[in-house]
Amino acid sequence: MPSTYPIQQRAQLLDALWFYQDKYGFIPNDAVTDLARQLAVARVEIEGVLSFYHFFRDRYCGKHQIYLNKSILSEFAGFSKIREAFETAIGARLGEVDPTGTFGLFETACIGLSDQEPAALIDLYPFVKLTPQKVHRIIQQLKAGQSPADICDQPATNLHYFPADDRAIFFRNYTPGRALKRALSLGSDGVLDELKKAKLLGMGGAFFPVYHKWLHCREQQTAVKYIICNADEGEPGTFKDRVLMQTLPGLMLEGMLLAGYVTGAKKGFIYLRAEYRYLLQRLTEEIEAFRKAGLLGQDINGLPGFDFDIAIQLGAGAYVCGEETALMQSMEGMRGEPRPKRYFPTEKGLFQQPTVVNNVETFMAASRIIELGARQVLQNGTATSPGNKVLSVAGDCDAPGIYEIEWGMTLRELLDRSGTRNTAAIQLSGPSGELVPVSFADRRIAPDELRCGGSVMIFSQERDLLQILRNYNTFFMEESCGICTPCRGGNYILKHQLQRLQQGLADRSDLVHLHDWAAMMRSASRCGLGKTAANALIQAIERFPDYFAGITLADDVQQLRPFDMEGATTAYDQITKKHR
Amino acid sequence: MEMVNCYIDGRIIKAPKGKNLVRVAEEHGIFIPSLCYYPHIDPPLATCRVCSVRINGKAKAACLVEVEEGMEIEVDTPEMQESRKAVLEMLFAEGNHFCPSCEKSGDCDLQHLAYRAGIRHSRFPHLFKDHIIDFNPKRMILEHNRCVLCRRCIEEVMTDDGQRVFTSINRGERTSIAVDYEQEAKLSREQAIRAMHICPVGAIIVRGESMTRPFGDRKYDIDMDATYIPPEASTAKNKVREHGKKVVATTSLAGCFGCHMSMLDIDTDLLDLVELVEFDKSPINDIKRFSQRAHLGLIEGGCCNSENIEVLREFRKMCDVLVCVGECAIYGGLPALRNNVPLEECLEEAYLHSITSENDEKVIPADQDIPKILDKVYACNEIVKIDHFIPGCPPSANHIWTVVKNILFGEAYSILYSDFKYD
Repeated sequence: MPSTYPIQQRAQLLDALWFYQDKYGFIPNDAVTDLARQLAVARVEIEGVLSFYHFFRDRYCGKHQIYLNKSILSEFAGFSKIREAFETAIGARLGEVDPTGTFGLFETACIGLSDQEPAALIDLYPFVKLTPQKVHRIIQQLKAGQSPADICDQPATNLHYFPADDRAIFFRNYTPGRALKRALSLGSDGVLDELKKAKLLGMGGAFFPVYHKWLHCREQQTAVKYIICNADEGEPGTFKDRVLMQTLPGLMLEGMLLAGYVTGAKKGFIYLRAEYRYLLQRLTEEIEAFRKAGLLGQDINGLPGFDFDIAIQLGAGAYVCGEETALMQSMEGMRGEPRPKRYFPTEKGLFQQPTVVNNVETFMAASRIIELGARQVLQNGTATSPGNKVLSVAGDCDAPGIYEIEWGMTLRELLDRSGTRNTAAIQLSGPSGELVPVSFADRRIAPDELRCGGSVMIFSQERDLLQILRNYNTFFMEESCGICTPCRGGNYILKHQLQRLQQGLADRSDLVHLHDWAAMMRSASRCGLGKTAANALIQAIERFPDYFAGITLADDVQQLRPFDMEGATTAYDQITKKHR
Repeated sequence: MEMVNCYIDGRIIKAPKGKNLVRVAEEHGIFIPSLCYYPHIDPPLATCRVCSVRINGKAKAACLVEVEEGMEIEVDTPEMQESRKAVLEMLFAEGNHFCPSCEKSGDCDLQHLAYRAGIRHSRFPHLFKDHIIDFNPKRMILEHNRCVLCRRCIEEVMTDDGQRVFTSINRGERTSIAVDYEQEAKLSREQAIRAMHICPVGAIIVRGESMTRPFGDRKYDIDMDATYIPPEASTAKNKVREHGKKVVATTSLAGCFGCHMSMLDIDTDLLDLVELVEFDKSPINDIKRFSQRAHLGLIEGGCCNSENIEVLREFRKMCDVLVCVGECAIYGGLPALRNNVPLEECLEEAYLHSITSENDEKVIPADQDIPKILDKVYACNEIVKIDHFIPGCPPSANHIWTVVKNILFGEAYSILYSDFKYD
């Protein structure tokens, strides 16, 4: 081993693994042994962590690693054509490395570019709106020795809508330090009071009151506390945090700073999903600029003892790490498995210290509330859900992109603004959220009405619901942390039942069972991922009865179940023919 | 210590505040099943979810609950029993649990909980996922087919110098438990045996140690003699209740006829039985074709070839009530051990590489007059609707005829734990 990564603490493990991954394109056996020796743990523990994250590889996977997005929107935008184009261009099949060892081609879950599909990451640099011609051109350039960093695309922000008449909250001019100044004049009680008045809820989809979280953390009598910004938006179809970080990184840092000011935490972390690694440089520069401006570091704004600084932790590809306790496990150098829900992170969070975890948009919203004042924010939205929300809209519409709406906008208005026709269904908040038929369009989007955490995927009548559900199922089956029975086993079982539906072998009673099992996963799973993994399936069965009536068989009066005898005997016929 | 009052299924229970619910319930004679819970692992693992209960109306894992004043706990409501049963069934569907050939049978927590829950079959079809058996460790064999990923071994098995021996590896449905060979080699024989006992199933087997206590003499074989297993809720629409002699038909599909032998095991009671029932198509009387409609059909064996499918369908058409007798009929049983091996490999092994096949006769049989082998062994309820299931390998004669008499004559029944067996 020519170079080893010196590691003192387990929490550096992800960074150490990235070091080897970047250097060799995989993590060599010797490196695993060396890391285990340095940390004085069993080798298999390192392997356990390595194998949890899908951008960490344990064998050589090509000089350039191509990860093609396989989300449902990518499927509908032409995934299979692009896959074929890559396969022809590099001379290897999906999941393989070409004979020269130059390219490895793999699939990955949604990479946050749903408005620019089909899209892929090559060495974690973004390539969007792929066509077969573009694919061939990219591969030629890479073969000619150009680097992905030089030829990658700059993902568009596609900001299509924000409220007029100065009612925009997120997408408006930003001057660093303004919110902080007002916060200092309000005092930390005043800041909490403003957040409470503005009824700010967590924007990641759980809608927990931010004021409660910050207050609870502040009340903890410990010397060390942490602020974590969850920049691991992994819900398929969402990309708003990407755009927010592309356009307003400072606003996010300032929000974290406010949380530090209120709670007394001195250290903040941004947990950035590996899929957004190309934003790392921009964020690092912004942090540096904040430090130079005296907005991060020691004695911030000249206030003695007000210290706060921010570091970035890069994830490595695991949807479940968006769950806050899994995220903290990951930051501690562990497998990203959700913790059992016994303590709030504000009691025992990162390294067992009180921790506030909010997502990108929430910190930004908090910062704006302090900057603009709760009173101005209260003029937006509805009486019970004031304020604005940033949505990622994609799928079958003319203008996929970012929409800053006021809470309470009807789904219909959003659909109209994004230019939709023949809409059949809308998936809100990603596969774990709400699948609604277009008949829900007059309902209002708000935390206490039709909930949406950010992802809006629009499906027209031409789209096959079963294809959508099977895509979701595969996603959850692969992204489950694998700990608990209902989520690990349940998703796997559902896969086989969905296959039965696909083959036309399911009868009505199968459908009833499918619904029951999905409901069981919802009640018995260990964390939110398992609890919500079958949501779309349950809602589909309940809300699209005609569709399912059309693809299932009536229960047989003789109580025979559908069986594909030909399919079951094909293998035997082929084998006996071959050996004749 | 502060005492609180909580309510388990309406019953007032006094317990120390903050005490773990599984233990509180246990001390008051209320059984909450669990596979991963171990009192001294803190925080509890909460991985198996077999202990699901309702707390103040919300579904939760009991092992994570600390009792509080006024807490309303639902344990034995039909809904929660059903939910816990479903989690167990999922484990059976996801793993490959062949009780009849498992060293841990009789000592196995999963098997025991399944008995107690009265599981006769899994509503989820067994998926026969391909798992490995790891023979590399020095003292142990890791049987991944049986692992329920409870993680007890990860938390509990350490070397003398404090290293973990087990850990989770991979993610999603590919998650499994891996063993560190270097650390495992440091374990003493006693430590390895302890690991085997910590495992709630038969996934950790210590070489040369698994059979020290014989079947029939094991933990759950001897403790549970007086326990009764609840009868199965009937799925048959109309039970056969009219008077007169009842017609019974039986068949053995992909089975070994062991279940039929067991049916004959009621010995002299057989003489009483023939006064009440008449056998139609059955190997017992060698009648090959149905001569009339039957009140009851007993099926032994799953479906491994095209003829099995046809016979089973005929039985469904000709019988009012159809009953699966034995593990093979219920989920495939031992013949289904081939289900995660490609068919070609199976046939080559059986007909071409087998030491008993003569050199010049090496042929995989194929003729229009013989049935075709199916791609895998199917459970009977994948092919037709089944009304009752009688587990066992074979089920005891007592169990079979108790159920049959219940179906034919409506006699009330319950089954002794010792009669209710998968193995």
